[in-house]
Amino acid sequence: MGCNSSVAYRRSEKAIRAAILIQNWYRFTKARLETRRRYSLSIFQSIEYADEQDQLQLANFFTFMLDHCTHPDSVSQILTSPGISQVVDEGLSLTEFENKIDVPDSYYGPRLSFPLTVEDANALLHAFRNEQLLHARYVLQLLCETRRVLKEMPNITHLSTSYSKEITVCGDLHGNLDDLLLIFYKNGLPSEQNPYVFNGDFVDRGKNSMEILIILFAFLLIYPNDLHLNRGNHEDYIMNLRYGFTKEVSKKYKDHGKLILCLLRDVFSWLPLATIIDSKVLILHGGISDTTDLDFLNALERSKLKSLMRPPKSVRDRQDQPKERIPTTRLSKHIANQNVAGKTQHISSSGSTEPSGSNLPPDPALKEWKQILDILWSDPRSQNGCTPNKSRGGGCYFGPDVTAKLFERYNLKMLIRSHEFKPEGYEISHDGKVITIFSASNYYEEGSNRGAYIKLNPELIPRFVQYQVSKYTRRQNLQERVGTIESSALKSLREKIYAHRSELTSAFAQYDLNSTGRISVSDWAAAMESVLQLELPWRMLRAQLVQMTPNGEADYMSCFYDLKIGQPTKEVQPALVETLCRYRRDLEIIFNIIDKDHSGLISLEEFGQTWKLFASHLGIDVYDESLDKLILSIDYNKDGHIDFNEFLEAFHVVHRLEKKANS
Amino acid sequence: VSSVITWDSSYPGEKAVSFPESAGHSLDPQIGIDGAVAEIEKKIIEAFEVFDHECNKTVDVREIGSIVRSLGCFPTEAELHELLAEVEEEEPTGYINLEKFLPVMTKVLLHRSYQPIPEDVLLHAFEALDENKCGYITKEELVKYLTEEGEPFTQEEMEDMLSTALDPETNTVHYRDYISMLVVDET
Repeated sequence: MGCNSSVAYRRSEKAIRAAILIQNWYRFTKARLETRRRYSLSIFQSIEYADEQDQLQLANFFTFMLDHCTHPDSVSQILTSPGISQVVDEGLSLTEFENKIDVPDSYYGPRLSFPLTVEDANALLHAFRNEQLLHARYVLQLLCETRRVLKEMPNITHLSTSYSKEITVCGDLHGNLDDLLLIFYKNGLPSEQNPYVFNGDFVDRGKNSMEILIILFAFLLIYPNDLHLNRGNHEDYIMNLRYGFTKEVSKKYKDHGKLILCLLRDVFSWLPLATIIDSKVLILHGGISDTTDLDFLNALERSKLKSLMRPPKSVRDRQDQPKERIPTTRLSKHIANQNVAGKTQHISSSGSTEPSGSNLPPDPALKEWKQILDILWSDPRSQNGCTPNKSRGGGCYFGPDVTAKLFERYNLKMLIRSHEFKPEGYEISHDGKVITIFSASNYYEEGSNRGAYIKLNPELIPRFVQYQVSKYTRRQNLQERVGTIESSALKSLREKIYAHRSELTSAFAQYDLNSTGRISVSDWAAAMESVLQLELPWRMLRAQLVQMTPNGEADYMSCFYDLKIGQPTKEVQPALVETLCRYRRDLEIIFNIIDKDHSGLISLEEFGQTWKLFASHLGIDVYDESLDKLILSIDYNKDGHIDFNEFLEAFHVVHRLEKKANS
Repeated sequence: VSSVITWDSSYPGEKAVSFPESAGHSLDPQIGIDGAVAEIEKKIIEAFEVFDHECNKTVDVREIGSIVRSLGCFPTEAELHELLAEVEEEEPTGYINLEKFLPVMTKVLLHRSYQPIPEDVLLHAFEALDENKCGYITKEELVKYLTEEGEPFTQEEMEDMLSTALDPETNTVHYRDYISMLVVDET
């Protein structure tokens, strides 16, 4: 104070300019961070949804095989499961399991006794925190009892808040046990005073799907009026084949895995479809469509639909089933109302329920299937109307008008659903009428998102609680988190790129007429999108994916530099290796089915047969000799069997130079 | 990291803060002007779609700043408001349409408005706030300047910057380190 005023004025002016610069620059870096975060999540999501569409195609393949393979070769018999069906029939009781399955003295895990009590539940929680497994006998008994209890329940559960303080609603858990334990820690265990609704997708992706089911089913048996479960689209054995749950069970339960999976198939189909609180709040996993009929849903036989991936038999019988080549164009999320080829691949919600050209009356089985598909697979959107859900390939996108109409028809106030990843764990849409709740934190990667749950009070006002399980004791700051997510997303993307190496190389070559090895960025982006069809911002990602030449062109082969596919032998045709890499996951599913005893080994003959069938269905030409050579080279001990897990691992894309995300 | 000049050095994943003199938006000689405009438009659409959650060609108005910046521009808040005025609907709906945004943003990129801030200029700015030239600024001073002067930070912005920039033991920001940390992260 009191210093030379003109100097002070100048200094202040300089300071103001400096402040503006710093603020401007800071906001710039913030925006770029946000952009990187967005496109990273977008990469994860695109790859995930593309996988889901592939999954539908694979389901078509199974359907085709099951319905049309009439000659008694091993392949067709693979997919039917003789000998297991006795499990599904009513006769099996708790004591039968007790008699048939022995629990050795060396087993120190929980020993359940039915009817279950809170002590059993606590023992289970304690055991799972310590990474113990529940013995197969108890798992089977638990599943048996769960099925018995679920059968008594209607398709739509009706709850009331009048006797309790608050009802807690949780969304997708996807095998993340840490999230469930965190929820119980923060919110308390389920009890008469602390009711819960779990809104589906308990399994797949995470590594503790089995433990989550065990805990949820245990509490269901102890507090059947206070713990409620809704079925999600992942409570479906065909989804489980691809997204990891089947594998988890097979690995954890080598002897009884198949039995457990079979019983689970049934249990899943008995899960209720929806819950309604105080006749005002509708809770279901996916969403609704303009044809959703709650009365119809309440009346149908829900257990008939073991998997939603295959239309009911009567529907399949009526449709043409030529051996079609699977179309390779992805359904574009950016093009409105594209016409979809292949009837079984997608059901249009506002279209007719009849296959075209049919003169037969509408099939009730088709309506049932579609009604359930819609509530388990649909997503809300801000645009009015009800259109087919292109990203997923099933269910629809429903707008605020659809919600409003349903609310009016059934006098509802709120719809709580899950099914969609949300960075904050929840999202409110349709003017407050629709809430999405997602409870799996770090879903794509450490730091990718929070999880959340809803506390609903007797006035039906929701309160949200967010959380994030963290591996690191020191919390990462935003910068570091985005860095981790971005690395992980790019790694997945590069693997996809490498798996399509041949196709990409030809696409690039089409723009590079003089074979210079360089093409414009515009052409590069066009080629990437035409092959991968992920609708990603290629120009934004370009710097991370391909190197540039001094005159601003893309050196397109540099996409593949740091990657290679781990190969068992050198002499194998590169094209074959790439194909195996790309279809690794599909093959895994098929092998899981072939490998009846879940030993991890299949015979060379079985492998060869199935591969041929799969390849012909996809329209791929594979020459016998190269495949035989490959198989023989893998059968190291020459015993006529291959360990297919090792086989598949060999086709995993390896990053030669691991990026220094940690250093 | 390669040392070649790339034709659009303003993209994420590259050093935006320091760049060669001739950078900006050097155009691919093979394409020509029309091609260049088409390419710019494609870039804009890409950036827009990253923020277009529902794939219906609209984004929340609050995301416009991020989109413009993700295209390599450094608008001040005041400049952003001007831009928004051009792209908003007659009756603001809270959403911006791609249709309106595209031509305006194309012009911005062609005219190279909102030039980037070079690293050395940024350094001078911090130094201007460092009266004693000791290489750091105290937390109180920094907060005072950035939340009271210029285009003031919100509480959230200030806290966020401090979470990365502040050395909690001395309660100061060593700005050279801070700048270089953020620059490294970009490559």
